[in-house]
This record gives sequence, structure tokens and C-alpha cells, in this order.
Amino acid sequence: MRYLPLTKDEQQEMLASLGLEKIEDLFQDIPAEAMFQGDLDVPGPLSEAELVRHFRELAGKNKDATQLVSFLGAGAYDHLIPSIIKHIVGRGEFLTAYTPYQPEITQGVLQSIFEYQTMICELTGMEASNASMYDGASALAEACLMACAATKRELVILPATLHPEWQAVVRTYLENQDVSIVFMPQHAETGTVDLDRLADLPWAEAACVVVQQPNFFGLLEDVAALKARIHEAKGLLVMAVDPISLSLLKSPGELGADIVVGDGQSLGQAMGYGGPAFGFFATTDKLIRRMPGRVVGETVDAEGKRAFVLTLQTREQHIRREKATSNICSNQALNALAATIYLSVLGKQGFRDVGYQCLQKASYMKQRLLEIPGLSSPFSAPTFREFAVRGQVDWVEINKRLLDHGFLGGLPLARFGHPDLVLFSVTEARTKQEIDDFVSTLRGLIQ
Amino acid sequence: MTLRADVPLIFERSTPGRRGYRLPELDVPETPLEELIPQEYLRTEPPALPEVSELEVVRHYTQLSRRNHGVDVGFYPLGSCTMKYNPRVHEDLVSLPGLSAIHPYQPEETVQGALELIYNLSEHLAAIAGLAKTSLQPAAGAHGELSGLMVIKAYHNHRGEGHRTEMLVPDSAHGTNPASCAMVGYKVVEVPSNERGGVDVEALKKLVGPNTAGLMLTNPNTLGLFDENICQIAQIVHEAGGLLYYDGANANAIMGVVRPGDTGFDVVHFNLHKTFSTPHGGGGPGAGPIVVSEKLAPFLPGPVVQKDGDQFRLVMPEHSVGRVRSFYGNFLVYAKAYAYILSHGPQGLREVSATAVLNANYVMNKLKDVFELPYERICMHEFVLSGSHLKKYGVRTLDLAKRLSDYGFHAPTVYFPLIVDEAIMIEPTETEAKSTLDEFIEVMRQIAEEAKENPEMLTSAPHNTPVKRVDEARAARHPVLRWKPEASGEQ
Repeated sequence: MRYLPLTKDEQQEMLASLGLEKIEDLFQDIPAEAMFQGDLDVPGPLSEAELVRHFRELAGKNKDATQLVSFLGAGAYDHLIPSIIKHIVGRGEFLTAYTPYQPEITQGVLQSIFEYQTMICELTGMEASNASMYDGASALAEACLMACAATKRELVILPATLHPEWQAVVRTYLENQDVSIVFMPQHAETGTVDLDRLADLPWAEAACVVVQQPNFFGLLEDVAALKARIHEAKGLLVMAVDPISLSLLKSPGELGADIVVGDGQSLGQAMGYGGPAFGFFATTDKLIRRMPGRVVGETVDAEGKRAFVLTLQTREQHIRREKATSNICSNQALNALAATIYLSVLGKQGFRDVGYQCLQKASYMKQRLLEIPGLSSPFSAPTFREFAVRGQVDWVEINKRLLDHGFLGGLPLARFGHPDLVLFSVTEARTKQEIDDFVSTLRGLIQ
Repeated sequence: MTLRADVPLIFERSTPGRRGYRLPELDVPETPLEELIPQEYLRTEPPALPEVSELEVVRHYTQLSRRNHGVDVGFYPLGSCTMKYNPRVHEDLVSLPGLSAIHPYQPEETVQGALELIYNLSEHLAAIAGLAKTSLQPAAGAHGELSGLMVIKAYHNHRGEGHRTEMLVPDSAHGTNPASCAMVGYKVVEVPSNERGGVDVEALKKLVGPNTAGLMLTNPNTLGLFDENICQIAQIVHEAGGLLYYDGANANAIMGVVRPGDTGFDVVHFNLHKTFSTPHGGGGPGAGPIVVSEKLAPFLPGPVVQKDGDQFRLVMPEHSVGRVRSFYGNFLVYAKAYAYILSHGPQGLREVSATAVLNANYVMNKLKDVFELPYERICMHEFVLSGSHLKKYGVRTLDLAKRLSDYGFHAPTVYFPLIVDEAIMIEPTETEAKSTLDEFIEVMRQIAEEAKENPEMLTSAPHNTPVKRVDEARAARHPVLRWKPEASGEQ
């Protein structure tokens, strides 16, 4: 086989050194009734050339964002990805390393994680970050569990404006630990959390209140009122944020958040049909020992030189076992590295430019779309990179016809219970020309 | 520069006003920022990201990479982690825009190739596990455990047996097993090992009962030993009404040799970043799909892919535990595992496992006269030595691990499993040449000799690495988890 280097002679020599004759003798501890007879029902073997052909065929059955102009978002975004990212994360020293258990020979990964943690702290305005989570949704679920552990309460308040898939993930995690969920309703006009209907919620029992910023509909939530409520009740403020929006928006730290999570896909990660990207997780100094996941800290080596190491490990499963803060160990380190490179090469100004361009382009497209008779804006709150549009049309059908024109339209929200709404996302990767063409095509299809 | 020189943090290379990547000019008419977003929502200070050129970024991370050990750099016998070669062609395959640049909410008719890949891989993993249905949602091994336990819990609840909340876990198990149990509210009941390193069957009989939800087992276990009583163990747990969970961390030993489903397991998770060669990336992304029997299939986390005629579509299983993450798992990771299976085929996969087992036994046999071997049996893909005899020279397993770095080898897994004193867990994998194994054997023997002759050489190791021994205690006592500008003058 391609990746098996032993020659027949070597194999025989090695068997002989063990006093064995044939390879089957190695399996003598396996009882006969447990042995599998015959061949596994899998195809192959394929040569490299055949494998490449097969993958090209599969990939060729998909339509991708290099062929289509995409206005899809809702958790995965078509941002520009600087070329250097793939070249650096493709280096074998990063790509083929395990979790950095031996710090003396894994300073590269450890230092890059330390830089990543610093960048996440800068973006979120928080004091500490872990090394990454699986994705934003599971990071939010873990944040809710952490809030429960920190407050010794078993109820969380979620906004109805939270991404429905994130709601689902949080529900899966929480119901397995018998934690209750109460929802804050959406205000019909603003589209954000209904601040007039907070009084009836069980604040005194709540471990935390969650705010997604911007929310699922792309709208900016007013965090201050929620922060006041939950802190008055001695619960925690958990924010789920879009990292690109943090280039312009006040940081969650400044808003008084206790735990901040988010999905990092928009920071230099391929859409990849939804994965892998990464989740980020940040909190206050006070709560660091309750944080899930790997954390890297600064220290010194035997000669007093600066060095980095996995730390606060007494929170973790390999030490605490069933008393660990979480079971997470492998996370999304290489994706976090990609984000670190992304934020480095964009830099202070470039990162702000991304956020600013998303905002301006989305705003431009929103104005243009609302000029189309029959389309209206369903909500009044300000938006960032995404916005919903209302129109009494079959958006699924419209999208099919848009595909014929080379466009990937917005996400029809019928599947999430909003039959007239469609959610558009506009990143810095879209051009004015693409936006104008899309608007005129859509106008033609609707009229 | 030499590898010993300190590499500054990327922040410390920053020069105000310097730019790396540039966006195209903004080409739409601009609206004043304050008209789009209320002033009180806007931040006054931008995040203090570095200001560096593209070349500075490339050099910085290239320098960091040179301070890192990977499979591509050298031998990496880290037990239970299966650090095998990661075929480079897989990176090309998942870079095809038809896979990397597709959006998870595209209409299904525009992603039939992706859905076909998911469907095929699900089928192949089921074939390897000897079970019925797969969910590719879990993002890592521990996530697979959590998902698998949720499935078990949902199954019991569905049958009105919600009182089954005790999960049996051997004392040799990975720490994730009990930690995952806690995350579904299960009580962990520890099962002792017998004198051959397997599950103590008599003890197990006494521990099962009406509240047993199941047993989590790694087989071969963390000692690298195949549990000879597996069929009896399965019978005991099943007769008590429990289910069997297979921790697939060690599945590299059994492909095409044993199908867990045939030996009574109801749920299996595979670590695709171990057995199926997707790169570990310095700690992820991995993929930890679970495969279950027919009766558990309705409870799988979703969505999963179903084939209707020649069309593929996403569906939620009937009684699904729900979503365990957004979208469809780590797609570009498990796509590499799919490539791995196709490259090998049925005989190839069996040959992978057989060779992994041969390599492990070869190394074990050549080291057992200089290190203690607590369980003298034929091992599977890995084995566990004890360094306890080195204590008399003032040397510990940790010192041996550090000394190995000086010779260009990554250390084995150390101090695990917990049931072996000063444990040294070695997993060579099948992709290493005999010459590499011989070099490793030679170095291990030499270090054992050094421990006697010159123990200080070990206790002060490593000597030839980018940094000397790292003070872990200090990091935990005074956590410094981020860089701050004012602290930069200290260096």
C-alpha cells in the first residue's frame, strides 16, 4: 500500500523477532467469535490519480461561490480570504502536530495560540480567552453551562432572535443536564428583543441571559437594558457576537458581558459547507477557572526565557475526569491559527475596513432592494452585514431562478417560521456591479 | 536566525501605520457611519491588532513553525493519538472550490456532490464499525462521546427507562469518558481492571443492575490490549438492559480485523483525526462521527443524509437528540477521511491495522528488557511501559519524555493510563519505516542507560530544543493568558 513502508522481508524479519510466523499470529488474543471474516464493504483501493478524479467529479456536482455570486449568510459568510493563510497553515509543522503537550518542542503552536487569545481579548474586550471551541453554537451551549455552574442556577434566558440552529444546539446540551430555557420574545416592530416584556421573566432564577449581536435577522440589539436586569439579579450576561462586527461595535467587555462567544468562520476560514471553522470563548479574570477547553499561558523556561505552555489544566477532563468543567479536548486549533494570521495581516486598519465595507455594501444593497415595489423592510432596528426583506413571493422559487442567472440568493426564512422573509448577507467581497446586477435581476423576477 | 532565539510576539513586531493585506476600494456610495449605527453602539478604540507587512506575517509564522514538532518533522509515538502520516493529496482535494467554497444553506440541488460524499462516508464508516447508521455531526472524539451518550440516554428515555443513569467506565479509560458522562447527567461507576489488563468480569457482574445505562469501553484498551472477554462483557451489560459504547480512540488496531458491532457494541465513535489520518492541526479540527445499530438510528444527532433514488437530501432522524453543533459537522475534515478509505480499500485498511500492530509489538519486544512491561502479552497498536524502575536513579518518566526531544523524537503519552505507575504509552503507527523504529529503540535504550550513568542528563533535559524545560507550575499559579502592551518592556 502507498503509505505502508515495510517491505515483505522486513515484515518477516520483524515477525521472526517476535517468534511469530505470520501476521495473523499477532491477533491471537482476539477470540475467534470476535474476529471479522472476509472483506469490509468499502470501495477502493484507488490510486492518487483515480482519487483526484473521483473528488473532482463530486466537487463538480456542486455549485460553488467561485461560480455564483452569493448573498447567503446566516452563520457562514463569503468573505475575502488572504492567500497567505493557506500557505502558512499548510506547513507540516502546524498541520501535522498534535495538541502541544510537550511545550519544549511545540512553542510554535503554543505561541500562536497565545497570540490568538490576545486577539480574541482585543476584539471582545474581555480579559481571557481559551484556545477555541468546535463552533459558535456549541461554544454558546458551553457558556450557558458555565453560567449555571458559576451561579448554581438551572435556568437560562435565550432571545427568540438567536440563530435557530444555535437555539437547537443550546437546547440539546442543556436538556441533557436538566437546565430550563425561557425565551425573551421578539419585538414585532424593531425585530430585536422586546424590552417592554422583560418584567415577567424569571430573572432571579436565571444563570444568564444570552444576547446575539447582531441577531439572527442581522439587527443590532440594545444590550444595556438586558445587562442591567441580569446583573441586578446576580446572573451573568452572555453575548454571542459576530467577530467582524467587533471592528466597529462597542466591545462586549465594555457593555458588561461576563462570557462572550462567537463563530470565527468569517475570520479567514473557508465556508466548507459549514465546517471546520471554530468557536471562540472569552470571559473575565474572575471566571477563568470555570472556562471550558484548552488555555495557553505565558511562563519561563529553565533559563528564564519567555515560553508558553498549556495551563489551568486542573479544569480539564484528563485530570478532573467527571468533575471537569467540560469534556472538550481537541478543538479547532488550526482554524484558530488561520484566524490569527487573518487578523495579523489585515491588521488594525484592514480589519476595520472589512467591517466598514460590509456595513456600507449591505446598506447600499438594502436601499436598492427596498426600491423594488412589493419589497419592504420588516424591522426598524439598525443592521450590520445582514438584513431581512419582506415580500409576498415564493423565495425558494425565486432563488431557483436566480441560480440560472448565476446568483445565490438570500436565505428564505420560511424554514424558520417566517414565510415572507428572506435574509441577505453582503460582505466586502461583493462589488457594486454584482449588487446592481442582482437587484435588477431580482426586480425582473418579481415583477 | 537560530532556533534558540526568542521569537517576539506578532504584536511586538507592530509599527503604527503599517499595512498588510488591502481590500479593493469601496465602490458603493457611502452613508455616514452614525446614520447607519447609533453612536452609542460604536466603539471608540479599534481592537489593538498588529500593524505588520505581509512578509512580516509570513516570516513570523514560518519562524514559529520551525519551533514545532509534527509528524512531518519526525517520529511522533504519542500513545492513543495515532500520529500517522497525513497524505498531502488530501489537502489538495478539500481545496477544490466545489467543496471548500460551498455554503451550508445552498439549495440541496446545488450541493449533490457534497451530500453524496457525506452519504458514502456514512456508509463506509458503518461497514467498518459493523453497525447500521452514522452521524457525521460531532467535531471531535469527545464530542462524539457526548453525542453517543445522548443517543443512549434518549433511547432509554424513549422506552420509559429514564431511571437508567449509571454509566460503567473502566479505571483505564480516557478522561473524556467520565467527563462526557457528567455532561449528560450520568453517574460514573468505575469498573476495575483484572490482572491481564482487561475488564474485571466478576466485578462487572456485581456492578450492573437495573439503573445501568451502559458501559463505555475502549478495545483495545488504553494499555493497548484487546479485551479477550469482550463477548461475555457485552452479554452481561445487555442482559442488564444496558448498551455498549465503543470509544474509537484505538480503532487503528482493528480495521478489517474486528468490527465493534459484531462484538456487541451499540454505539461507536471514530476519531477521524487518528485512525483515518486527518491531520491534527496542533489540536484540531478533528471529527468524531458516531455509528449506531439500527435500533438507535432514530435518535442520532442530525441532520444526516438520506438517499432517495438518485437524489441526496438532509433529514433529521425521527427521534433525534437534536443538533450538537451548527450545520453538518467538520465537512472538510471528514472529506479527507473519505479519501483515506478510498485510497486503501478493504484489504488496505486491514493491512494498516496489521502493520500498526506489528510495529507496536516489534518496538515493545525490543524495549521490554530495559523498561518494565506491566502486562506481558501481545499488544495491539500500542503498548504501555512503566518507568518506575528509573525512580531509584532520581529519574522520572517525565524526564525521559523531555530527553527524547533532544534526539528529535516526540515523547510518548506519559502518566496515562492512570493504572500504570510512571506510564509510558507508545504508539508507533503503521506509516513508520523499520529504520525509524530501530532508531527509536536505540535511543530509548541509550536513555535508559543514561538514566543510570548520568541521571542529570535526563533531569535537566531537554538541552537541544528551542526552549529549555518549561515551568508549568508558574503558568498555572500566575495565569498570564494574553499579551498586554505595558508588559512588553519586561523582555
